[in-house]
Amino acid sequence: MAGAGGGGCPAGGNDFQWCFSQVKGAVDEDVAEADIISTVEFNYSGDLLATGDKGGRVVIFQREQENKGRAHSRGEYNVYSTFQSHEPEFDYLKSLEIEEKINKIRWLPQQNAAHFLLSTNDKTIKLWKISERDKRAEGYNLKDEDGRLRDPFRITALRVPILKPMDLMVEASPRRIFANAHTYHINSISVNSDHETYLSADDLRINLWHLEITDRSFNIVDIKPANMEELTEVITAAEFHPHQCNVLVYSSSKGTIRLCDMRSSALCDRHAKFFEEPEDPSSRSFFSEIISSISDVKFSHNGRYMMTRDYLSVKVWDLNMEGRPVETHQVHEYLRSKLCSLYENDCIFDKFECCWNGSDSAIMTGSYNNFFRMFDRNTRRDVTLEASRENSKPRASLKPRKVCTGGKRKKDEISVDSLDFNKKILHTAWHPMESIIAVAATNNLYIFQDKIN
Amino acid sequence: MLSKGLKRKREEEEEKEEGLSVDSWWLDQSHPAVSQTPPAAASSSLFDLSVLKLHHSLRQSEPDLRHLVLVVNTLRRIQASMEPATALPPVPTPPTAPSVADSLLASSDAGLSASMASLLEDLNHIEDLNQVPEPQADEGPPGRSVGGVPANLGALDLLGPATGCLLDDGLEGLFEDIDTSMYDSELWVPASEGLKPGPENGLAKEQTPELDEAELDYLMDVLVGTQALERPPGPGR
Repeated sequence: MAGAGGGGCPAGGNDFQWCFSQVKGAVDEDVAEADIISTVEFNYSGDLLATGDKGGRVVIFQREQENKGRAHSRGEYNVYSTFQSHEPEFDYLKSLEIEEKINKIRWLPQQNAAHFLLSTNDKTIKLWKISERDKRAEGYNLKDEDGRLRDPFRITALRVPILKPMDLMVEASPRRIFANAHTYHINSISVNSDHETYLSADDLRINLWHLEITDRSFNIVDIKPANMEELTEVITAAEFHPHQCNVLVYSSSKGTIRLCDMRSSALCDRHAKFFEEPEDPSSRSFFSEIISSISDVKFSHNGRYMMTRDYLSVKVWDLNMEGRPVETHQVHEYLRSKLCSLYENDCIFDKFECCWNGSDSAIMTGSYNNFFRMFDRNTRRDVTLEASRENSKPRASLKPRKVCTGGKRKKDEISVDSLDFNKKILHTAWHPMESIIAVAATNNLYIFQDKIN
Repeated sequence: MLSKGLKRKREEEEEKEEGLSVDSWWLDQSHPAVSQTPPAAASSSLFDLSVLKLHHSLRQSEPDLRHLVLVVNTLRRIQASMEPATALPPVPTPPTAPSVADSLLASSDAGLSASMASLLEDLNHIEDLNQVPEPQADEGPPGRSVGGVPANLGALDLLGPATGCLLDDGLEGLFEDIDTSMYDSELWVPASEGLKPGPENGLAKEQTPELDEAELDYLMDVLVGTQALERPPGPGR
């Protein structure tokens, strides 16, 4: 369906045939809290795949060069670099511990041999440079091979240092630290298409940064009421438009999306567009607001649409139509009758992310029981797949799963009451050009590839 | 910074409209959501659950704002649906609250009604605590506010820093930016100088001198009048 290059699909609209490729992470039943993956992101070329976890670590996988001899072999992702991005901090003024959990990672477009990414926890954003070193210089005049300084008076001859190959070393170094700009918890970062600025959003404010400047940021959205007692709505996600550097959107806990144009004023309190779907009176309940709360918003690659994820569905919006979405895809409608229990165990507050494929023809999002869902926008077909160790034979096709909502349960179906709500897939990523997906299931990262291409 | 996006006004209108329809939908047995569970038991236990969640959330050193706001808003909805559709008299007697609750709830579980009434009473305390300058006498009998509870009771006062019932003392820093509107409030203003600048205070400041002037004029009139009466007629007059 989606060929390389993110261009048109082959005729016939073949369904994807997803196969297991790899799984990363420990196999233990006992999952260490710190190992829980909290964000997954491919870089612009798809050659690098970054994950962040609750322990504040970033692990970057690199795709191996394809073996040209074997036509159908696909490059595997192997560990490229691991580093501790954020440490737990203690705010002494407020007697609060600041979690080191990585909330989001966003790659910068590559401009030279090094790779840059932004990683953020609740309070601080860091710009990391990941660079390779595969040569080192030998034969310095002023120091020994050990590094000890040589006495200048003993030097009788000069030599030119030569570069010698060494084992590849990948270094990650923090180049910028953007701190002290957020009172509330950061939920989003987004790099602007100008490649010079980026935004960071917390529950009540959105700030604009320049990548070079760490001691100053500009507040562009502020929804904090004068009286905090009047607070009824928070910002849940924000993103820059992929092409228009002046446009950004942010979503709220009330299920609304606001599009802002930074050209209109310095402070984007007044939105340029306001997206909200009218509530369906027949499905109104006490939990209407909670399930309408948007947990993720993503622009399509072509910049004409945006997608929002709320608790039960994924909606695709045309940026020119504010009144309602152009598509609504049900993720797990069978949970609607279980909202009370899900409220009780707090699952109703889970924040699922969503993503587009490279050609914007398909979208993906996670669910419970390690299920994830994919929707083909052209054929209107959807599929439920599972990320599990049982289906982890190399190149094994994933079998579509089905949840039985009532009545007689067919073979291979799983009933709603048997779903494991502790196995949630909140973070997924789709390769920007190829049919490769990364799915984070608690502490494991699954990589699946499409057999047909 | 006042947040005055269009959404806020629209929301108020929606809430007004919703206020009427919310009260009715949950009583409608043909409503799909309602027919699934008995509405009375559902709303009451949901109410308790929501209050528990709110407690729990507020006890965190740094509450998850999204979670907090969503729980509070849900609590409002539940509370709104538990209010009687007709307005109560201003000061209903204590038995009224439980009996109103009984009529709303299918069950005649006295314990349930009593606990609900006491929870509502707790919320009243919080509202009254937020208006601290007024004496405790303002606090009516339990259940008074069942009818008098404004639609915006829930969040307003549950989040107020002065609450002692639901919140611990050390929660003044709940939201880092100190909400100085409490201190700027008109209710705190002694009727003279030493005012903090602020919108409410600005108004108070303007009003106070005018009052003084009017009072002065009146006093002058009285004095002049009195003096006129008292002064013995003399040659110079």
